[in-house]
Amino acid sequence: MSQPLLEVSNISLVIGKNLLLEKVNLKINRGEILTIIGPNGAGKTTLLRVALGLQKPTSGAVKRQQDLTIGYMPQRLHLDPTFPLTVKRFLALACNNDFARILALLSEVGAAHVVESAVQTLSGGEMQRVLLARALVREPDVLVLDEPVQGVDVHGQVELYQLISRIRDQRGCAVLMVSHDLHLVMAATDQVLCLNQHICCSGTPESVANDPAFAELFGPAAVQHMAVYVHDQNHHHDLCTTCDRSTVND
Amino acid sequence: MIDNFLLRALLGGLGIALVAGPFGSFVVWRRLAYFGDTLAHSALLGVALGFILHINLTLGIIVICQLLAILLFLSQRQRQLASDTMLGIFAHGALSLGLVALAFMKDVRIDLVAYLFGDILAISNSDLGWIFAAGGIALAGLLWLWKPLLAITIHEDLARVEGIPVDRINWMFLGLIALIVAVMMKVVGMLLVTALLIIPAATARRFAGNPEIMAVLASLIGCLAVCAGLYGSFQWDTPTGPTIVVAACLIFIVGLLVPRKGALLFSKGR
Repeated sequence: MSQPLLEVSNISLVIGKNLLLEKVNLKINRGEILTIIGPNGAGKTTLLRVALGLQKPTSGAVKRQQDLTIGYMPQRLHLDPTFPLTVKRFLALACNNDFARILALLSEVGAAHVVESAVQTLSGGEMQRVLLARALVREPDVLVLDEPVQGVDVHGQVELYQLISRIRDQRGCAVLMVSHDLHLVMAATDQVLCLNQHICCSGTPESVANDPAFAELFGPAAVQHMAVYVHDQNHHHDLCTTCDRSTVND
Repeated sequence: MIDNFLLRALLGGLGIALVAGPFGSFVVWRRLAYFGDTLAHSALLGVALGFILHINLTLGIIVICQLLAILLFLSQRQRQLASDTMLGIFAHGALSLGLVALAFMKDVRIDLVAYLFGDILAISNSDLGWIFAAGGIALAGLLWLWKPLLAITIHEDLARVEGIPVDRINWMFLGLIALIVAVMMKVVGMLLVTALLIIPAATARRFAGNPEIMAVLASLIGCLAVCAGLYGSFQWDTPTGPTIVVAACLIFIVGLLVPRKGALLFSKGR
């Protein structure tokens, strides 16, 4: 068994009087998709920031394999409308103006048609695809995606998750992502980590769906959805009609 | 040496406008207008420092601006107060402290209006030297920082993940802005420095399809405003700094009326 690419062990984070993360462990192996789910304010993005080295934990350690390349896809860009930036230039800044490569990357994520567009004019789905292409520029070993389907309609969400699986299959990279959504993401992930400051439960989507801790955190309705979902994983279209894009709350 | 005061004014103004273009573009992109304003407000404190230490007044202003930039940089790390509140406190605190400090110096009399609104017609050869030295350093520095600064402007955390030393580069950038704000004072005065930074950049935006073109266009528009302002002020005997800013505003309005079709390298959209 090879070493994990990235390992977060026993992380706690306290800011002021708030305990944001409590003794969290996380391990990501090559070729694996790991999804962090949890309610609003559960510390999902914070955990991602710790794993990326953007936030220093109060205690615990983050270990990365040597020379690990990380491709990071932020939640969104806060570009000022006065900043003149085309998609082409956005990617060119990261890869020394290799335009053939830019086109190849954009084609890979299905966004080749926006190459000349201003970044600020992209739709939600196009933006996410361009950000994904940007994350792929450095040929990463690990893709770190912060809510990759946010601002995208349900149909587009299914497509994006499929795209992420395909990228994993073709490139063999690992994927660590945060999701707000309970149902759709399960089709695209190998491991689920259910977070609410501490880890409530983790494992395969099936095992997490059957875990009492999961039911406690998300309520019985979510479990029912999940049960339907896990048994019906291959029918994406059915899924779209049953799931009301209900996100995690209550 | 240059004898003609009008020629000196023109050279000083053009020098300032050239530097203000690219810096102003970043100020607009990164929403740092308040930041520039705050630095400018500390100028009187710099003048007071210059008198106390018996050093060149421009040098005094540069020193105070640099100190304030460091203070502002550090204050961004606290989260107790919103950053515009912090900037407001620093700006008006520094301005008032400067006025009070100067009032204590009984034998010092300064032309307050010249500091508030600029006195470009009184630019000396040594002022020109300061403008070109500081402007040259600032432009060279900005060119050097250009790529990482663009990356930081797009997304700070993304830049950080990719190994760009974000804090160091932000620090250097703020230092350069503090440097040019200190010398820009002479031309348009502390209350109008930000105008010369942001108005040409905002005007250039409609005609620019990439950051570099916007920066260069902003410089050219700034130069045009300086020429028009100097001419107008001479023609109608109006204060020069404000006349330059009025000219910049007029160019901005004219720019709004030009249809976007004629944009230089403007992205095609979809």
